[in-house]
Amino acid sequence: MEKIIKAEHIVFRYPADAEENQQPAKNPPILKDISLEIEKGSFTAVLGHNGSGKSTFAKHINAILLPESGKMFVEGLDTANENLLFDIRQKAGMVFQNPDNQIVATVVEEDVAFAPENLGVPPAEIRKRVDDALKAVNMYEYRNHAPTQLSGGQKQRVAIAGVIAMQPDCIILDEPTAMLDPQGRQEVMQTIRKLNQEQGITIVLITHYMEEAALADRIVVIDDGVILLDDTPKKVFSQVEKMKEIGLDVPQVTELAYELRKAGYAVPAEIITEEECLQALEKIL
Amino acid sequence: MAILKTEGLTYTYSAGTPFEKTAVDHVDLCIEENTMIGVIGHTGSGKSTLMQHFNGLLQPTSGKVLLNGQDIWADKSKLREVRFQVGLVFQYPEYQLFEETVAKDIAFGCKNMGLSEEEIKSRVLETANMLGMEKELLERSPFALSGGQKRRAAIAGVMAMRPKILILDEPCAGLDPKGRNLMLRQIRDYQKKTKSTVLLVSHSMEDVAEFTEKLLVMSKAKLFCYEETYQVFRRADELKQLGLRVPQIASVMQTLRKKGYNLPEDLYTVESAKAAVLALLRKGAASC
Repeated sequence: MEKIIKAEHIVFRYPADAEENQQPAKNPPILKDISLEIEKGSFTAVLGHNGSGKSTFAKHINAILLPESGKMFVEGLDTANENLLFDIRQKAGMVFQNPDNQIVATVVEEDVAFAPENLGVPPAEIRKRVDDALKAVNMYEYRNHAPTQLSGGQKQRVAIAGVIAMQPDCIILDEPTAMLDPQGRQEVMQTIRKLNQEQGITIVLITHYMEEAALADRIVVIDDGVILLDDTPKKVFSQVEKMKEIGLDVPQVTELAYELRKAGYAVPAEIITEEECLQALEKIL
Repeated sequence: MAILKTEGLTYTYSAGTPFEKTAVDHVDLCIEENTMIGVIGHTGSGKSTLMQHFNGLLQPTSGKVLLNGQDIWADKSKLREVRFQVGLVFQYPEYQLFEETVAKDIAFGCKNMGLSEEEIKSRVLETANMLGMEKELLERSPFALSGGQKRRAAIAGVMAMRPKILILDEPCAGLDPKGRNLMLRQIRDYQKKTKSTVLLVSHSMEDVAEFTEKLLVMSKAKLFCYEETYQVFRRADELKQLGLRVPQIASVMQTLRKKGYNLPEDLYTVESAKAAVLALLRKGAASC
């Protein structure tokens, strides 16, 4: 399989505050030797507690941050090469937590057109890309609305459309559902899965919601600047105690199955969805 | 005893313009003292608008808000007093920190209340302690704290005023699972200790299931219901129609019940589900 993202021994630290400190002591590194390869067309969830370094890592993928040592490649392009910056950001688009901070225009379709306009795409092509992007996130009928009148989930989908209009190969989403209600969360997650499955866009999703991570092909757990676990959701969530120990959680159904197994009942270890839990319970009840 | 009541509370944004929108529509509520309440609803359901009426940030278009039986708008000069009694903490309150030290920031509200230096000092210490903030932190700049501690400092500033009612809008947004859990436990401990009423606005059904006694559900500007938490989560199908849902575990337990398994109706936390399933398994084993 082709690797779209390749991180090689990345080390990164934020600069120390020079004002408070005449001789700035170096901050401790937030990323300590991270190496990771992500396959084209895959859906990877990244988990980690606050301050674990997961967002810092994500910001390396589209060259918002550059490694202190080590290398980051996006489709073979070195993010440290300034001349490649536009190409890299076109290939790897980023969506952030707060939709209100990402919307720049006063009409939905103009907002989606912002990136392709900046890339110098011809007008006719922009029109087509904007329409396609809005249809892909199911927001086409809102194309003439003002973003302020939309719900959080709708705004976040517009932000995703804005990234899709650049025709990226990879989208990195940093807690895109943190500010949304349950329905908004569901809308955004459905959109992400659809883009991954139907258009083959590589997805890197950073989240604190374990149920969302359970939908991915692969989960990478970052703890204290290193990769602690890297496996399928079933394998990662079956380590209930380890996940809790590092300040994370597992889906509720996984926890129930774990508790029943501990009590001596024959429940399989790898339960991560409601259906699997139901089946397992019906077997023993 | 009721501490806060609303009677026919209605609020219309931009009345008389093409953008006219009724955000709160004839809400009658009676909120008790010493209760932990979850507030849930779809985005735009009117829950934030409703909350902003409780401390007089918004004035009803029609209807009344009664605090201790008094209409809060009857005498506008007393609104300041209302705001001391009903504390409101917005989303991402850490953006509102401004003082030189954490202690001064927490003390700001109390100073405005005209409390004595000694009283302020003891309240700042006690509140910081309830939120698990160590004493050394108090003399630091609030801007030098971690995200979770900044948020605690901001919440402590309102808690220190010891409002009879404390409204928290998504206090756990953006926190990791462990951080969420700790924050919610600290808020619940505060509620128990002060015997005040806490309203917790949240999008997480799992969180309100575990930490609240009652749920206030808003939908399309109207009060859908205000009931005991377990009663609300029985109504899974209705909640789904409102764009909400029930905790994952409640959904599994309800499906099992529908299939004829003899499980209680009020299972909505992992702990209660585990106990009920184990009880059923043991009963099954005994009857074999």
